[in-house]
Amino acid sequence: MFLTVTLSLIEGLGSALQLFLLTLLFALPLGLIIAFGSMSKCRPLSAATNVIVWIIRGTPLMLQLIIIFYGPGMWFDNNIWAFGSGRMAACVLAFVINYACYFSVIYRGGIEGVPVGQREAGEVLGMTKSQIFFKITLLQVVKRIVPPMSNEIITLVKDTSLARIIAIVELIKAGESYMKSDGITWPLFYTAVFYLLFVGILTILFNWVEKKLSYFR
Amino acid sequence: MAILEVKHIEKHFGATQVLKDISFSLEKGQALSIIGSSGSGKTTLLRCLNFLEKPDHGIISVNGNVIFDAQDSSTQLEKEIRKKRLHFGLVFQNFNLFPQYTALQNVTLARELMAKEHGNETKAEIEAAGMALLEQMGLADRAGHYPHQLSGGQQQRVAIARALALHPDILCFDEPTSALDPELTGEVLRVIRELAEKDTTMIIVTHEMAFARDVADHVIFMDEGVIVEQGDPKEVINNPKEERTRHFLARYTEG
Repeated sequence: MFLTVTLSLIEGLGSALQLFLLTLLFALPLGLIIAFGSMSKCRPLSAATNVIVWIIRGTPLMLQLIIIFYGPGMWFDNNIWAFGSGRMAACVLAFVINYACYFSVIYRGGIEGVPVGQREAGEVLGMTKSQIFFKITLLQVVKRIVPPMSNEIITLVKDTSLARIIAIVELIKAGESYMKSDGITWPLFYTAVFYLLFVGILTILFNWVEKKLSYFR
Repeated sequence: MAILEVKHIEKHFGATQVLKDISFSLEKGQALSIIGSSGSGKTTLLRCLNFLEKPDHGIISVNGNVIFDAQDSSTQLEKEIRKKRLHFGLVFQNFNLFPQYTALQNVTLARELMAKEHGNETKAEIEAAGMALLEQMGLADRAGHYPHQLSGGQQQRVAIARALALHPDILCFDEPTSALDPELTGEVLRVIRELAEKDTTMIIVTHEMAFARDVADHVIFMDEGVIVEQGDPKEVINNPKEERTRHFLARYTEG
C-alpha cells in the first residue's frame, strides 16, 4: 500500500513540478516587462499597468484560475481548453499572469532601490544605457531581490495545490483520493513530506545564491 | 585660449531658478575652486558641465568648440553627449563606486567597455594603466579589495583614479571630502593637491576654505545661483570685496 501511495503521489508531484517550472519560465521574464511598464514615463501605460497589477494581486488566484478555465466556454461558447493538456495550459496561464504581477513589484523595488548615483557614475564614464544596465545595475538588482523572490517562489510551490480546482491531479488531490477510495487519511498527510522536501531543496538553492552574492554590499 | 568657457548658464528646477547667468572660463592646467553655502547652485553647475543636468540657457565650450548650446538642439544629441561628456571627469561626494567590482575593476571597467567598441587597447594594457593610477593614489595594495572593504578616504581615492582613467580634459570634484570623517579628509586632499601640482585642469566644489586658498589658481564664490565674486583665491578668501562673501567666510573662520 505504501508503495502504491508513494507512486501515485510522485505522479501528483510531477504535475505540480510541471506547473511550477512552466510558471517560473514565463512569469520571470513577463514580470520584468510589467515592471518596466509600471515604471514607464508614459503615464497612460504606467497607470494601465498598475491597475492590472492591482486587480491581479487584489483577487484570489483561485478565482482567476476558474475564470480563465471556465470563462471561454461560459461566455463565448468556445471552450478553448478542450484539448489533451488543456487543463494544464489554462492553469499555467493563470499562474503566469498572477505570479508575473507579484514578481513585477519585487523587480520594481529592486531596480528603484539601486542608488541613482550608480547610474550617474556610469553615465559620466561614457557608458551607454545598456552597458549601465547590464554591467552595473543588474547584479545589484539581483542581489536585492533574491530574498523576496525566494519567498514568492516558495509560496508558488504550495499554490500549485490550487490546480485541483480544475481537476488537475496534483499532490493534494492524489493524496486525498485515498480518503474516498480506501478510507485512509495518512496519504494526505504524507503529501506534506513532499512539499517539505521540495521547499527544502529550494531553500538550500536560495541560500547558495545569497552566499554567492555576499561578496559585495 | 581657455580650455573651458561657460557663458550665461541658467537652470530652473520647476519654478525655482538655481543658476542665474553663470559665466566663467578656465585655462588649461588651472585649478578652479567653487565655494558657497549649500543650495547656492555649485553642485548643479558641476552637474550641468557633466551633462547630468541640462541647462535651460547658455553655452559651454571646450577647447573653443561649442559642446552645448541650449538654443541649438543639434548640440544635444544623445549619441554625441556620450562622447562629449568624456571631456569631463566627475568625482562624486559619496564616491558612487560600483560595489560588485574590485578597486581595480572600478578603475578599468569604462575603458574596457570602450576598448570593446573600438578595439584600440588590450585588457592587459588597460589593467596596467589602472594599476599605475591606483599606485599614484597610494592604493596599489588595495587593488583587489571591494569598495565595502575600504575606508571612505580609500574609496574616494579609487573614485579619483576611476575618473582619471579616461583622461578627461577637466576633472570635476563635487565636495570630495564632505562625506568623509574628518581624519580621512587629509589623504584625499593630498591626492588632489598632487594633481594640482601636476597641472591637472580641475574644478573643485569644496567647503575646505584653506584648501581652496592654497591649492586653487582661481576661486568663484556663489550664492543663490549667481557668481558673487571671483578672482585670485588669496584675494577673495583673505580680503573679500562683497558683503555676501565676507558673511559666508566669517562662518568658516569663526568656527
